[in-house]
Amino acid sequence: MELTRRQLLKMGLLSVCGTVIPISALEIFKPDALASLVHPFSKKKRWAFVVDTTKCMGCGMCAKACKLESDIPFDTEVQRTWVERYVQLKTGEVIIDSPRGARYGFTANDPQGRELKDEDVTKGFFVPKLCNHCEKPSCVQVCPVGATYKTDDGVVLVDRKWCIGCGYCITNCPYFARFFHPIYNVADKCTFCYQRITKGLNTACSDACAFGVRKIGKLYDPDSEVFKIITTQRVAVLKPEFGNEPHVFYLGLDDIVK
Amino acid sequence: MEAIQAHGALWSLKEMYTYPNEYIYWTIHIVIYPYITGLVAGAFVLSSLYHVFGKEELKPVSRFALLFSFALLLIAPSPLLFHLTQPQRSIHIMMTPHFYSAIAAFTIVYMTYMAIVLAEIWFVFRPFIVGQALEKKGILGLIYKVMTLGSYDVSEHALHVDEKITKILAFVGIPAAGLLHGYVGFIFGSVKTVPLWKTPLMPFIFLMSAIISGVAVCIFTYLIVMFVSRRFICKNTIRSMCKVLSLFLVIAFLLEGIDLVFHAYTAEESWGILSEVIFERFGFEVIFIQWIMGMIVPMIMLMLPNVGLPRAFIASTLVLIGVFMMRWDVVIGGQSMSRSLAGFLTYKIPIIPNSIEAFKEGPIPVVILLSAPFILLFIFNKVLPVFNDITSEEDCYATPEKPS
Repeated sequence: MELTRRQLLKMGLLSVCGTVIPISALEIFKPDALASLVHPFSKKKRWAFVVDTTKCMGCGMCAKACKLESDIPFDTEVQRTWVERYVQLKTGEVIIDSPRGARYGFTANDPQGRELKDEDVTKGFFVPKLCNHCEKPSCVQVCPVGATYKTDDGVVLVDRKWCIGCGYCITNCPYFARFFHPIYNVADKCTFCYQRITKGLNTACSDACAFGVRKIGKLYDPDSEVFKIITTQRVAVLKPEFGNEPHVFYLGLDDIVK
Repeated sequence: MEAIQAHGALWSLKEMYTYPNEYIYWTIHIVIYPYITGLVAGAFVLSSLYHVFGKEELKPVSRFALLFSFALLLIAPSPLLFHLTQPQRSIHIMMTPHFYSAIAAFTIVYMTYMAIVLAEIWFVFRPFIVGQALEKKGILGLIYKVMTLGSYDVSEHALHVDEKITKILAFVGIPAAGLLHGYVGFIFGSVKTVPLWKTPLMPFIFLMSAIISGVAVCIFTYLIVMFVSRRFICKNTIRSMCKVLSLFLVIAFLLEGIDLVFHAYTAEESWGILSEVIFERFGFEVIFIQWIMGMIVPMIMLMLPNVGLPRAFIASTLVLIGVFMMRWDVVIGGQSMSRSLAGFLTYKIPIIPNSIEAFKEGPIPVVILLSAPFILLFIFNKVLPVFNDITSEEDCYATPEKPS
């Protein structure tokens, strides 16, 4: 059979269309997308957290409360949540510290044990940190046995009975929110106090905060303060460049924050 | 009451600002795991060069390299058992593999490779096994009888088929070996939080260093065994191995070089602290041991004409040390820079085994694990001898199928 250029182009176009159209049907009739037509979008449950760094005084009660709420030995140097202190000097130098994860609070003007004069400091502030319960958690991605998982409402948890303790998730967390549980020897992390929030309670850290720094709530819920803040104010997340889509939103974040 | 120490606090020293949970979690066992796996891949590639590409000069070492790669392969996953905090659960990787994770593929990659190596060994040694099964009595005879798997056909036709299958297995084995080690490189390369590891070149860097270390360990072991047992050493064989080694050394060097140049040239946010780790904190390890002594010096030694046995021995030993150092620098160096990019961690291997954890993470298991493949090779060699008695250079390539 002789094939002219015109015929070749025609047949080529036909076969491309013939392949693309059936495949694109898969894109149109995505189960998720269909479900969102049936249920209004706002029904999707997704926990999120807001940290207002402008209000944080560095008392460390949140870190303390977290330790008391969880079963992690109080004096072991690992933290589900911690507070960092940032001090910038006139020289441009930034000093960061978080003595004992701040569970005893910041009680002296001595970042990294250095004596600083007030006139040398240009700015200083506290940044509470916790697991960011990412939308695309890299820790969950790399767990070889599926022991860590994201719940339907967006909380990342660890199955203590299944974790093999390889540490891949710990290495893969950009925020170092994970560590080995000193007693159970499995990966451990902040759970957004899942045992509390699912019962309508607050997280231990936000209950302990006297200054209203920490807030937990649901996204897409018009009554939720967290949702209001995220949708109406200027919020930022930590290390967005990793593509994890973290769900702890910060008010008053500075670019010196690591 | 004394507080329970955090996992990792025993061997990590923190400097400046590191996150509270930040310790060196991947320690010495994660250094020797890719090291041993690399030796497996390299040794196998060496044996395949004879079987697939018909490099006759390598005939005297092809069986040895094959059996040695099996001995190494058996030990390769053991460092992981020391590393896991829940080693008794390691079976979970097979029960609920989560295939988004690079580690989850381990079972499949490892088992596939194991099957290929085992099958190849069986086909290569079949005539010998059958001969011994018919000859030997007692327990040893029984072992050989089991090893024949009931196949006693050593007719010319059967041997010809064996040879063909061996060739196919050796051929399939090369990409499998590449996959095994490239995959180990992927485990590191895909960790996006560690700037030193995050590069798509990582699988290839690991693969090339695997091949050089595997060839080097074969030269090293072969020379020692032949020298100690006062056997004749085929110079052409050693020279050929050295040629392979030098070729891959060049590729490995270029790959590692281009990786560093890229890090430096693109100079992302992490480069400041990364360059401090590479050139200052790990300067001696990286520049002197890994690059100069582990790559450049052996490269020059092997490329100069008339490579003799002493030079081959020294060069291969240097390569072995250099590659070990490279694994160390990658694993420990990568974690020694804080994820906050504002501090450092120093790794101090716990020498005194005053607790289970200190013992587990200390040098004793390392010595045991690194010497285990040699012990296994010694045992295997009793059953399947791989070191031939040769008296002259001409004999090297005319060795009988049945080793004496």
